[in-house]
Amino acid sequence: MNGLIETLYRFYENMGMPAVLLPLLPFLTLIVILYAVLFAVTRFLVKKKVMRTKTASFYMFVSVWVVGFLLFTLGPMIFSLYISFTQWEVVNPPVWIGTDNYRMLFKDSIFYKSLGVTFYYTLVSVPLQVALSLLIALLMNLKLRTIYLFRTIYYMPTLVQGVAQVVLFIWIFNPNVGLINSVLRVFGIEGPGWLTSPSWAMPAIIIMSLWTVGGNMIIYLAGLTDIPQSLYEQADIDGATAWRKFWNVTLPQISPILFFNTVTSMIGAFQTFTQGFLTAGGPDNSLLFYAYYLYQNAFMWFKMGYGSALAWVLFVIILIFTALVFRSSALWVYYENEVGGRKRRVRKQKA
Amino acid sequence: MFASKKRSTTVKRILAYLILIAGSVAFLYPFIWMIAASLRSLEEIAKSGMNVWPQNWRWDNYSKALSSFPFGRYLVNSIITTVLPIIGTVFSCSLVGYAFARMKVKGSGLLFVLVLSTMLLPGEVTMIPQFILFKKLGMLDSLYPLIVPTFFASPFYIFLFRQFYSRLPVGLEEAAIIDGSGYFKIWRTIFLPLSKPALMAVGVMVFMGSWNNFMGPLIYVNSDKWKTLTLGLAGFQGTYSTATNLLMAAAVVITLPCIVLFFTAQKAFMEGLTFSGSKES
Repeated sequence: MNGLIETLYRFYENMGMPAVLLPLLPFLTLIVILYAVLFAVTRFLVKKKVMRTKTASFYMFVSVWVVGFLLFTLGPMIFSLYISFTQWEVVNPPVWIGTDNYRMLFKDSIFYKSLGVTFYYTLVSVPLQVALSLLIALLMNLKLRTIYLFRTIYYMPTLVQGVAQVVLFIWIFNPNVGLINSVLRVFGIEGPGWLTSPSWAMPAIIIMSLWTVGGNMIIYLAGLTDIPQSLYEQADIDGATAWRKFWNVTLPQISPILFFNTVTSMIGAFQTFTQGFLTAGGPDNSLLFYAYYLYQNAFMWFKMGYGSALAWVLFVIILIFTALVFRSSALWVYYENEVGGRKRRVRKQKA
Repeated sequence: MFASKKRSTTVKRILAYLILIAGSVAFLYPFIWMIAASLRSLEEIAKSGMNVWPQNWRWDNYSKALSSFPFGRYLVNSIITTVLPIIGTVFSCSLVGYAFARMKVKGSGLLFVLVLSTMLLPGEVTMIPQFILFKKLGMLDSLYPLIVPTFFASPFYIFLFRQFYSRLPVGLEEAAIIDGSGYFKIWRTIFLPLSKPALMAVGVMVFMGSWNNFMGPLIYVNSDKWKTLTLGLAGFQGTYSTATNLLMAAAVVITLPCIVLFFTAQKAFMEGLTFSGSKES
């Protein structure tokens, strides 16, 4: 599957760059030394009264993240932006070609295809995931004695490893002996070939994504258990129906979590990779996810420049969608400390 | 009137159970089938359809599956790339999260906004340069790229620890400050012991993430010596795509540790996830 990567590794080895490394222990010692140096510098600054203890300590602690940010995020970001303007097959030095990569992209029909596949998946699966996980979380919040058992059952699919999941679902969607078609046959329906059919492959992957809503469910549950009981008691006094209680109490109270889950699910959906990789893009490229196309360009065909341009276009798309969701959040996300909810509660506690 | 209300709650209760059980079947069935398929012969899988109970229990599927790739070595690699990231993430993120939660100094708010904004960045943007970076550092085709970054804290877990630490009572550390202990000591002796649920939750989440990490090993690891179980499974799917039973056996073995861990850590995991911060302590 990565024959070309193999070539790449061999290339580096020929350049006298050993691919196999430093043993583990010295490297971990290095990290410990790095931490020790950071601490020692702070001590010194404090002793010499250059900084107050608290400020110095804060920056020392945070530097653990700052070093990682500069090294593994900001540095690579800047570099990635640069190579997106170059032609670079890795084995030769990068050649500056200006905006050619980006212009090429707009003429690339496979780019549009992968973009379409990713949009289809994101726009259909994210709303379904968000709604289904909320629905399940509401059920899991019922005061039943056996609810812990159900919580575990609904969370369990999330524990199945990604590759194992895809492999399992390749069976489930098997047209002859698979689960789905066997169930359909009970009702006298002959199911489609699912993963072998260009038009049914994506619905199959979307169904699969619903199997693992347990992660979102648990985050909702954490929010639901945090809703003050007094709000429901008040609603009961007002004679509110179950539906009104949900609409006027539950939903506003958990809207920040709804928002969090929407944003993280959306970002995750845009970056879907494993499903595309393991199905090799699906029949007729119907599962050619954007991230997989990016991977193909950069790591299979060594078009690092083109791959980087793809990455930046994806970044801009995710940024736009996240910004849209953030913008709309003012309309539907309710924060307690904004509308005086907290004040109300504090007063109640005093009374 | 009271009696009728009671009856209606019983009806609701039964209805809730029916929905819950129907859902459980959908969520659990593929899982159970996976285990059943791992114990069948290939001919039986072809005939079995929706049946769950194997007719002949083929336990040797497991030994066959595990001996068809260097299971032991992959397992060791998987353990290394799971245990060290757990240590690295818990240590660095709780330290940084503690600083953001309890030490309001000039610039700390701005810096935190920066931390949050990096959460939005898709991994793909930095994927290629990180690959090149690790090449330059001579770390390609090793486990380092999967371990080293975790010692430098990641935004998601910093956020989680910050939310957790900011809920602890104000003035918890005052006595220690008067005694003249440094902030590192306060973190180590007061906040770390108090944050066991959060530590557990993050530990479990990092475990799941690293144990199941696929793209990382796929990009950074090439030689057999450093491959992890997820790569083993993916390779297995390629080579033995027709041996569904062996494939399922391998998948069961890889999933098992996650389930065991989840069951043992369940309570702490659920508690640690309550981080919205609206509960006053």
